[in-house]
Amino acid sequence: MSFAPDVETFSFPDELRPEIDRILAKYPEARKQSAVMPLLHLAQRQHGGWLPKAALDHVAEFLEMPKIRVYEVASFYDMYNTKPTGRVQVRVCTTTPCWLCGSDDIVRAAKDTLGLEIGESSEDGRFFLREFECLGACCNAPMMWIDDDYYEDLDYAKAVAVLEALKRGETPEPGPQSGRKGSEPKGERKTLVEAGRSSRTPKQPEAATQPSSAPVPDETPVRKGRPEDHQHEPTDPIAEAADEQVGKVKNGSLGDEAVAIDPEPGRTTTTKKDAD
Amino acid sequence: MLQDKDRIFTNLYGDDGVDLAAARARGDWDGTAGFIQKGREWLVEQVKASGLRGRGGAGFPTGLKWSFMPKQANGPVYLVVNADESEPGTCKDREIMRHEPQKLIEGCLIAGAAMGCTAGYIYIRGEYVREAEALERALAEAYADGLLGKNAAGSGFDYELYLHRGAGAYICGEETGLIESLEGKKGQPRLKPPFPAMVGLYGRPSTVNNVETIAVVPTILRRGAEWFAAIGPERNSGTKLFCVSGHVNNPCNVEEAMGIPLRELIDKHCGGVRGGWDNLLAVIPGGSSVPMIPKSVCDDIKLDFDSLKNAGTGLGTAAVIVMDKSTDIVKAIARLSKFYMHESCGQCTPCREGTGWLWRMMTRMAEGRARPEEIDLLWDVTKEIEGHTICALGDAAAWPVQGLIRHFRPEIERRIEAYTASQRLAAE
Repeated sequence: MSFAPDVETFSFPDELRPEIDRILAKYPEARKQSAVMPLLHLAQRQHGGWLPKAALDHVAEFLEMPKIRVYEVASFYDMYNTKPTGRVQVRVCTTTPCWLCGSDDIVRAAKDTLGLEIGESSEDGRFFLREFECLGACCNAPMMWIDDDYYEDLDYAKAVAVLEALKRGETPEPGPQSGRKGSEPKGERKTLVEAGRSSRTPKQPEAATQPSSAPVPDETPVRKGRPEDHQHEPTDPIAEAADEQVGKVKNGSLGDEAVAIDPEPGRTTTTKKDAD
Repeated sequence: MLQDKDRIFTNLYGDDGVDLAAARARGDWDGTAGFIQKGREWLVEQVKASGLRGRGGAGFPTGLKWSFMPKQANGPVYLVVNADESEPGTCKDREIMRHEPQKLIEGCLIAGAAMGCTAGYIYIRGEYVREAEALERALAEAYADGLLGKNAAGSGFDYELYLHRGAGAYICGEETGLIESLEGKKGQPRLKPPFPAMVGLYGRPSTVNNVETIAVVPTILRRGAEWFAAIGPERNSGTKLFCVSGHVNNPCNVEEAMGIPLRELIDKHCGGVRGGWDNLLAVIPGGSSVPMIPKSVCDDIKLDFDSLKNAGTGLGTAAVIVMDKSTDIVKAIARLSKFYMHESCGQCTPCREGTGWLWRMMTRMAEGRARPEEIDLLWDVTKEIEGHTICALGDAAAWPVQGLIRHFRPEIERRIEAYTASQRLAAE
């Protein structure tokens, strides 16, 4: 087995320090627990696709938070693997929009090509196959998410082709495998027509993009200010305003707020749904 | 049909460059400082006058939501942008983030100014790795150009904007679940009130808005609230990104006027239903959480908040999932039940337990392995969940099943009969 091994000790290497500092600078000093998810992403990447307990403990220590809080986060979110997995992570979306478009065939293609069942990693530690819930590429269904890239507009043969290429050690071109660029309709389109045809003064955007064709600096410029910190004061004047607003909401004097979907016309109860 | 000149997301399909210069050539960041200098009240009034309603699902009037933010706050105030697009069927914000990121960033600055925010966080779903990279590049360009940070875009307003990546949890699309997650915890929704406008991120006043809601604001200001308000039916104004998936010939994202008839949307932009309109079985019009509508309703329904509400469903995220007559409709909904079971955060018993019940019962219903009276029991289970949970995930799990029973009860009964008959045959 050549999975990334379980380890006794874990720490972030020095070369990740700039990246870590960039992450920490996003959150107020006293709220650095917010960095737990990005740091777990980093740790998982560093450790070959999964998080050993030592990594969770290290993140806890690093952010000065209780270990149990990190374990909770690591087990709550789907993207963190807390057990050894193959390095190349193959996830097939099987939620209804993909399923309607034939995700069963994609699952079959993955099983056939990789010789794995859902949830299994290959003996040599190279591939990990799993199902995933809706990945948000429904206009390009069915699709697979492999490591960081989406492979869309698949069918059995196309999925096999992508996976065979990976097995050969190649990096297949990500994106729609149908010749589409993104989520535009295939064939003749009725919208953004001018933009879609090459008639759109092709040289003009090129000139415009000239300055930026220089590689984008991979370091985010230093933020001019880290988020302001604060102490929560119970006597905050906002609290009073809060009570007032809450009262209004309770009395229904906000008027137009019961716009949440009502599944039964005529039903009188309103649903307090999150307002966006 | 909406004309191209009235489309906001002119680079929706990525035909053009995504860098700052190309975005400026498309009109982004034009006059931003001037809008901000007109002050908070003016900005909120413009958004109110445009009739913009939240694009993330509930359709709450955006200007009104912004006006809930305290006028005076001693300390930080946050804008949080919900880019956790995970409602099955929905894939519109992805296109904004990878092809029109500057519209979103400019919108974040303007929304921040309108609510007196000190900083903004964009919470993007973890699976969108490439989209997060695109957005980070766009943020870096905006910072390098002085559009964010101190004296952002020369407006005299200081504003920081950060990107935060999630890690694969549908529940983080619920605004308080998202806030919890952003604070570095499990994404378990909070009980409301207090609403985020009073106690949100880090206990501070916060507003959570969807990506599309924020990204349309700069164009509304540039073209005028009355322009936006004039598109679409009353109380449902503006343009909207529709994501059409499933059994259409050409699935796609498209920006259209609110209130476009469903049939026109599918026939004009998506090459029609596979096998023709008469081959249509049902449509889920607003992402998996809203009840489906059968073909008879689809024939002349218009796609806007109020029309769909009156038809017993909802616009939701405007993710139109089309199912033709070849669809195993019970299995399609059973798969959604599995989704909600998987995504329930586990906090409230009716949802944690109920979603599992729903899925197990739905799996049996799909095979017909049930008794006819269990259909009513299934309905009861949905009613035990609906309205009895902290957040709307419970409702979202209940409604697809209710929609199925409401419109396709005979199909479930037919399966039960067929299965029972086959069992009897086997026994003989």
